Amino acid sequence: MTGPPLLEVTDLRKYFPVRASGPLRRAVGQVRAVDGVSFSVEAGRSLGLVGESGCGKSTTGRLLTRLLDPTSGSMRFDGREIGHLGRKQMLPLRREIQMIFQDPYSSLNPRHTVGTIVGTPLRVHKVVPDEQVLHRVRELLELVGLNPEHYNRYPSEFSGGQRQRIGIARALALRPRLIVADEPVSALDVSIQAQVVNLLSDLQKELGVAFLFIAHDLAVVRHFCPEVAVMYLGKIVEVADRETLYDRPRHPYTQALLSAVPDVRQAAVGGRRERIRLQGDVPSPLDPPSGCRFRTRCWMAREICATQEPPLLQLGEGHKVACHFADETAGTTTGRVADDAGGTATG
Amino acid sequence: MTNPLPGHRSASILDVSGQDFLVVEDLSVRFPTHDGLVQAVSNLSYTVRMGETLGVVGESGSGKSVSAMAVLGLHDEQRSRVTGSIRVGGREIVGATESTLRQVRGNEVAMIFQDPLSALHPFHPVGRQIGEAYRVHHGCSRSAARAKAVEMLDRVGIPQARSRADDYPHQFSGGMRQRAMIAMALVNDPKLLVADEPTTALDVTVQAQILDLLQELQRDFGSAVVIITHDLGVVAEVADEVLVMYAGRAVEKGPTREVLTHPEMPYTWGLLSSTPDVSGDPDRRLVPIPGNPPSLLGPPPGCPFHPRCPHVDKVPGDLCRSVLPALAPGRRGHGHTKRCHLPDSDVILETGTA
Repeated sequence: MTGPPLLEVTDLRKYFPVRASGPLRRAVGQVRAVDGVSFSVEAGRSLGLVGESGCGKSTTGRLLTRLLDPTSGSMRFDGREIGHLGRKQMLPLRREIQMIFQDPYSSLNPRHTVGTIVGTPLRVHKVVPDEQVLHRVRELLELVGLNPEHYNRYPSEFSGGQRQRIGIARALALRPRLIVADEPVSALDVSIQAQVVNLLSDLQKELGVAFLFIAHDLAVVRHFCPEVAVMYLGKIVEVADRETLYDRPRHPYTQALLSAVPDVRQAAVGGRRERIRLQGDVPSPLDPPSGCRFRTRCWMAREICATQEPPLLQLGEGHKVACHFADETAGTTTGRVADDAGGTATG
Repeated sequence: MTNPLPGHRSASILDVSGQDFLVVEDLSVRFPTHDGLVQAVSNLSYTVRMGETLGVVGESGSGKSVSAMAVLGLHDEQRSRVTGSIRVGGREIVGATESTLRQVRGNEVAMIFQDPLSALHPFHPVGRQIGEAYRVHHGCSRSAARAKAVEMLDRVGIPQARSRADDYPHQFSGGMRQRAMIAMALVNDPKLLVADEPTTALDVTVQAQILDLLQELQRDFGSAVVIITHDLGVVAEVADEVLVMYAGRAVEKGPTREVLTHPEMPYTWGLLSSTPDVSGDPDRRLVPIPGNPPSLLGPPPGCPFHPRCPHVDKVPGDLCRSVLPALAPGRRGHGHTKRCHLPDSDVILETGTA
């Protein structure tokens, strides 16, 4: 590792109050959406944040872009604490941190032309003189693989994949150093999804932007991020580099998650397979289980899991796991096809 | 076609398994609109046997859901033109009267929809909705229907089924709602189950539970299942046969293992190569299919895939742009058919990162 990371998050928390419906709107509880999350992103690299719905991954993304204010914890961007900056102080930072949203339909104003959408950040931050905005917009559209002459069109004239490209062009307009991409491809069909994933990795190579890539799709994250963190009920349960996390996961939840992903390669060996079966659903973040939050669905849970919360401990280089029995989980098979057996699946 | 006595099907399963239960022949579905005729499904044919699972894959707008809705006769006569033939257990669905369809729906054929929150009625308890589906076809008492509903909820793995039957859909989690829908679909012991993206809205661990449940129930009930999905991984794990659709047409069909390991149609290959996976080489660059799917208002002449196909120039005489290829047997046999002019389908496997 060289120098301090671009982004360093320590013990970040976000609790949403739940209020009673009476006139006093008393707070009757709180949803612990993000509950003590720590991670870092190196400049020009990508970190994947995966987990199921409700695990707090999107909330984390929104905290980083300060669309939400954290309850507590620290977020250092380029050595500077950004967790409690005011609106005005935040403005210059918005040039550095940008966001790509999941839904390419609701994230673009239908009444604005593409030129306005992509050009607005340039005007707001006065990065280029007004007369050059159009020129820059066309450059950006070309960069993301759209026809630069289409700056006059409205979002409704574009397909889902093209709209997502517009959203990417808007995020790139200010040459940010960090992009928080919240499920950037999950609304797209597979063939289009692959186009956008390839575009993002080309842009990263070309411009050296760092990504926090939030997704529920483990396969997409594997293709895009050299490092991956797995979240469950507001906590990170395992962080590792890609090879370790996908080939030798140690947290039971990561193992179950990987085991549950349907795999095309399975067709080569006759389809059905044994997988780790998790019982039930994710518990409510209003009232998370005591101790380890995964224990209610975990097949390894013992007494200690109910009383003590396992800390996120270093297991190997860059590999951290929050499990009391991380040393016992090494041999658990996820039921996946071995690499050599699956080689024929995609020809 | 033998039609076993209702209620005694589990005993007569052996007699009907292996026979074509669902026969779709030359099905076309068109929707007249202000802009012209949308050709949502064109000349689609397939069959499903009892005890077999057919996976229908394709991207949005490929006609997979529209064709499945036609199997239940769900298209409004006023707004759509359905031609061809769909036979369920020998009974014709296309052009059937509403009263015939009512007997078939929910009884012989049941459907599971993608979004259980919008498919369940928000004002009625889940148990009553399931019981109603049973009462309509069996004419039993309310209490008997409720008992049946509780039994089914228990069968699909809902804890404390007796008390949960009185809950409203919004009190269920996503996975439980989908289980409740499956319970409702199976309450009349249907011989054909059509599942339209049954797990798309769910998280992977819950998806795995639902897929396991569907397979288990199919084993127990011996039904024919049509599962519609855009996820090739789901098809690989649950389907015996796969049908790939593009622009409203079947473009490749055959045993799942054959089609997914040796695709003979460039579109299928493109789908496979653009799908990321969780095993194998992580640095493998995805090979996307260039361009976008065609508009169904005026599909391109010839092969509908030709504007996006990298192999058009390998076919002599500009056939791809002018003549629609027939759904013909491929080179490997085993009931594997494809709609492609390429004489040597192996060339599609050689495409590098174009």
